Amino acid sequence: MSPATAAGSQNRALRFFEATIVKKAIVAVTGAVMFGFVTGHLLGNLQVFLGPERINAYSAFLKSNAELLWGARITLLIALFAHIAMTIQLWQIKNAARPVGYVKKNNSHSSLAARTMYYSGPVILAFVIFHLLHLTLGTVHPHYSETDVYANLVYGFLQWPVAVSYIVAVGLLCLHLRHGISSMFQTLGFNHPRHTPRIQAAASVISALFFAGYASIPLAVMTGVVRLSSMSL
Amino acid sequence: MNLTLHVWRQAKASAPGRMERYEAKDVSPDMSFLEMLDVVNEKLIADGKTPITFEHDCREGICGSCGFMINGVAHGPKSGTTVCQLHMRSFKDGDELYLEPWRAKAFPVLKDLMVDRNAFDRIIAAGGYITARTGSAPDGNAIPVPKASSDQAMDAAACIGCGACVAACPNASAALFSGAKISHLGLLPQGQAERERRALRMVAQVKAEQFGNCTNIGECEAVCPKHIPLAVIARMNRDYLKASWKDRGAVKQDESA
Ligand code: HEM
Ligand code: FES
Repeated sequence: MSPATAAGSQNRALRFFEATIVKKAIVAVTGAVMFGFVTGHLLGNLQVFLGPERINAYSAFLKSNAELLWGARITLLIALFAHIAMTIQLWQIKNAARPVGYVKKNNSHSSLAARTMYYSGPVILAFVIFHLLHLTLGTVHPHYSETDVYANLVYGFLQWPVAVSYIVAVGLLCLHLRHGISSMFQTLGFNHPRHTPRIQAAASVISALFFAGYASIPLAVMTGVVRLSSMSL
Repeated sequence: MNLTLHVWRQAKASAPGRMERYEAKDVSPDMSFLEMLDVVNEKLIADGKTPITFEHDCREGICGSCGFMINGVAHGPKSGTTVCQLHMRSFKDGDELYLEPWRAKAFPVLKDLMVDRNAFDRIIAAGGYITARTGSAPDGNAIPVPKASSDQAMDAAACIGCGACVAACPNASAALFSGAKISHLGLLPQGQAERERRALRMVAQVKAEQFGNCTNIGECEAVCPKHIPLAVIARMNRDYLKASWKDRGAVKQDESA
């Protein structure tokens, strides 16, 4: 048997970014950054339940420091871009790795979340774009106001198809995170017989809580729990 | 019992293949799966037809030669078992079974259920060794090995290189195999000298063979006849990231060649 007959790069170390392990580590690190954002964003959004003054003041506070705001936005954009660029490359590698599929394939040993990462991801991307046009830029919003976030939420989610699509999208985001939160530890090389099952359990709990938290906002508007004082119900 | 088999038939690597249907009659529950196929093949030969090719050697679950998909599960339904050690009592009368070869670009089908797994040998050749002095056998306990390391190394060393991990992986990744090999030597004092180089070279070879990338799905661990844990993949990632960071950007020539 002759070694290295296949494409033969065994005699040199792969360039750092060529390795799928490194590409995947970038997915994990950028995923962790976005996870941090999703956590903060949820805590910020839940202030809608404390009334218009609270959340509008919070929004004004965020917008008051342009350096911080743009620093965070640029960091997140870079993270999102790198996350997607790496996953597209990994998707191509994975597809090339099995040109002929199975007639029958049983995948019952793995979680739905893990198997659908490449599908939940693009839906989240579409949602992120829509969400920015809807509540950040207001382009696709019926009554957008630069300063009244509370009213933007209420008017936005009174359109029920919009509210439902938000709920579906955050559901997929939480499915993505259910695998992602624990997967990133494994990707970066951490696996421990006692801690790994705990991390997995924590990932399930966190993603379920995130879903409850994020979905509660459009639901609250649809059910009239969150409404404008000028509106009669 | 009687079974219906749908088997992938492919005359040679370059020929097209397709699923064909066979009836396996009067199968004893005490037969192994391969013995059942032997009986089907004897009938095929008696009828003047080409028998079904499948790979096997030890038939006792230790050599790693055998293996194919049974109803979409590598090595069939029984956990921790190679197909040669799977018995027909795991099935019931009237079952319909789909037998397919491992599917991966790196494992081209040679004939029927037999694939070319030389890619694994090339990965081993790239770094799955240690440097040891020749001559008389070393003293048994001359090198102390911590118990935990020796246990984990033994778990990883149980890998028989059957290829089920690649076959089961939705990404056709060889991470469990390469992780097992890298961990097995990397955990032991004897494996430290080449530890970084081993991770770099074996991972590079995995990529050259065009295996997919791991997404921590876990199908591999579930079908592994030796229950190799996903922890070996984390260990490989750790070793590789560390070695590769030290070495980043460099295109190294082999020092030893
Ligand atoms: C916008 C489009 C997105 C796409 C196309 C995408 C796609 C992917 C893919 C394919 C993976 C790898 C799956 C795996 O290894 O099992 C992944 C992992 C991950 N994603 Fe995303 N994702 C997107 C957005 C997000 C967002 C917004 C977040 C965070 C809130 C996120 C967090 C994560 C995390 C934490 C991981 C785990 C990394 C790892 O497995 O090591 N992703 N993503
Ligand atoms: S024939 Fe040796 S492991 Fe099955």
